[in-house]
Amino acid sequence: MLYEQHKAEIDGILARYPVDRKRSALLPLLYLAQDVYGRLNRDSIREVAEILDLPYTDVFEVVGFYTLFYNEDVGKIVLDVCDDVPCCFCGAEELVADLENRLGIKAGETTKDKVFTLRRVKCIAACDQAPVLQANLEFHNRVLPDKVEAMLTKLRNDVEAGKPVSISGRLAER
Amino acid sequence: MPKTEIKEHIVMRNRDIENIRDLDVYLANGGYAMAKQALTSMTPAAIIDEVKKSGLRGRGGAGFPTGVKWSFVPKELNPKYLVVNADESEPGTFNNHEIIDENPHQLLEGIVISAFAIGANVAYIYIRGEFAYGARFLEQKIAEARERGLIGKNLFGSGYDVEIYVHRGAGAYICGEETALLESLEGKIGQPRLKPPFPAVAGLYAKPTVVNNVETLTNVPRIIEKGADWFRSFGTEKSPGTKAVSISGHVKNPGNYEIPLGITIREFIFDWAGGMRDPNLPLKFIIPGGASSNWLTEEHLDLPMTWDDMAAAGTMLGSGAMVVLDTSVPVVRAALKVDEFFKHESCGKCSPCREGTHFLVKVWERIDEGHGRVGDIELLADVGKQMLGKCFCPLGDSSVSAVNSAIKFFRPELDAAIDAQH
Ligand SMILES: Cc1cc2nc3c(=O)[nH]c(=O)nc-3n(C[C@H](O)[C@H](O)[C@H](O)COP(=O)(O)O)c2cc1C
Ligand code: SF4
Ligand code: FES
Repeated sequence: MLYEQHKAEIDGILARYPVDRKRSALLPLLYLAQDVYGRLNRDSIREVAEILDLPYTDVFEVVGFYTLFYNEDVGKIVLDVCDDVPCCFCGAEELVADLENRLGIKAGETTKDKVFTLRRVKCIAACDQAPVLQANLEFHNRVLPDKVEAMLTKLRNDVEAGKPVSISGRLAER
Repeated sequence: MPKTEIKEHIVMRNRDIENIRDLDVYLANGGYAMAKQALTSMTPAAIIDEVKKSGLRGRGGAGFPTGVKWSFVPKELNPKYLVVNADESEPGTFNNHEIIDENPHQLLEGIVISAFAIGANVAYIYIRGEFAYGARFLEQKIAEARERGLIGKNLFGSGYDVEIYVHRGAGAYICGEETALLESLEGKIGQPRLKPPFPAVAGLYAKPTVVNNVETLTNVPRIIEKGADWFRSFGTEKSPGTKAVSISGHVKNPGNYEIPLGITIREFIFDWAGGMRDPNLPLKFIIPGGASSNWLTEEHLDLPMTWDDMAAAGTMLGSGAMVVLDTSVPVVRAALKVDEFFKHESCGKCSPCREGTHFLVKVWERIDEGHGRVGDIELLADVGKQMLGKCFCPLGDSSVSAVNSAIKFFRPELDAAIDAQH
């Protein structure tokens, strides 16, 4: 199904690697499958494994290794707040608390309406922009207290208006 | 002290030329002329020679001479690959991020020239998964350059083909380590390989492979254009050129700065980055080269920023990432956070690192939460000692930096944190 519905994109991905090395396409295909199915459940892992002629367990292991692959349900928008050094000393803890408060969830959880998942993540290479987060891997810099509400409202409105989302970041803008 | 001026940027040329990210602007400023010159009028050996003479050292952390690395690639084995390390995940580092977003064509031109020099027809840019925009953007830029015949087949009529593909990682710091990166690029979990063989001989798909950092390769077109002597007019004898350094934490003007190698840490923090953010909160300590590096304090401010001077002081220039922290920062919390990073990022391949980072975090955590036990500091030191030199790759050893640094410079504060709990 995945292959039939996204043939051009998948063939394009496969073409980047030598014909006898198509396993290299695993990460990009998992990103695609994750966007199509909302997470990497058994069926989507099996489909990717079949496209690449790989054992299911090999793909399952890869999904578990990388933090940007989700094998559990996540919201339409994954908010990744960096709480690493130095961000944690430059407003990240306050930002996490603020988001937890407004969304009514703890880091690691998803809102009841399945719009937002909130996570704490390690350095995302934007330390000068602290406090900083990514929403579906799109950067939001200097998310100071007065900017949080507007950011959440915009993200929520976009989802409600049916704007395409990609939890894998395949649509991330600057 | 007067600020050392650099007259022009070598890698962050976006600071000199507006919109250089656009292909037309890049071309109007001499873009891709060096790729043309290299492919049509230079031999690979001559390019490698010029890069060797420039003294360019790898910007990804280890500072290995780039031209020397290229000369290790065996000529007779084919195909060969160039792999660009755009994984940039060392906490505190964000200079590749700016180069990718703001000066992408100079990177791509560097890739074309370098691929030709080592005899590779295919280059992969392995970019960290979080740079989702950067990956799309690079793909766009490659497509634009391809359309104009600047990347692709029979470049500039030379008969040489170079294809460049972007490959997104998926969130794993260890994939910045070159052999783990290659595993990941082959579609596997990112665990480091045993070296030797080195990638130059058996890398991607067991073929000869050169892995270079984004900034390293972005230097190459300028070295070809202006020559090794010009390049050496920046920096020092053993650390020539400039370095894009990221500075963050409690300074007035955090950001990226392209410094001539060899300026002092004091000049960098106080003249370039504007000094401390809050006049009432003085400097407490510096993590000078990414989370992996040993910390420095006030007494080290006159250290020159070069690979060798930093190594002699027991730390490293690393990826060019300086985190400056003021007296509001509790040492225990800082060390806990650093070691949490390494625990989270340990790939699990070897037990000293997998178990050791777990243990370090457990002890730091209980001290941080107010349940520290008498003897915990000795325990941390002991665990660190058991890890150092016994881990399969440098990541494990790196997690000991915070332990040893905290004990070396802030023992009384650590003791007080525990005493207060009894
Ligand atoms: C744990 C670990 C993480 C690393 N992360 C990076 C990275 O994100 N980017 C990078 O260029 N080099 C990184 N390196 C260094 C690479 O292994 C390799 O030395 C480098 O990419 C070589 O390129 P260069 O010679 O141009 O510096 C890392 C090394 C280790 C041990
Ligand atoms: S030291 Fe850590 S990261 Fe390196 S191989 Fe061992 S477990 Fe993996
Ligand atoms: S520590 Fe937060 S982005 Fe680097």
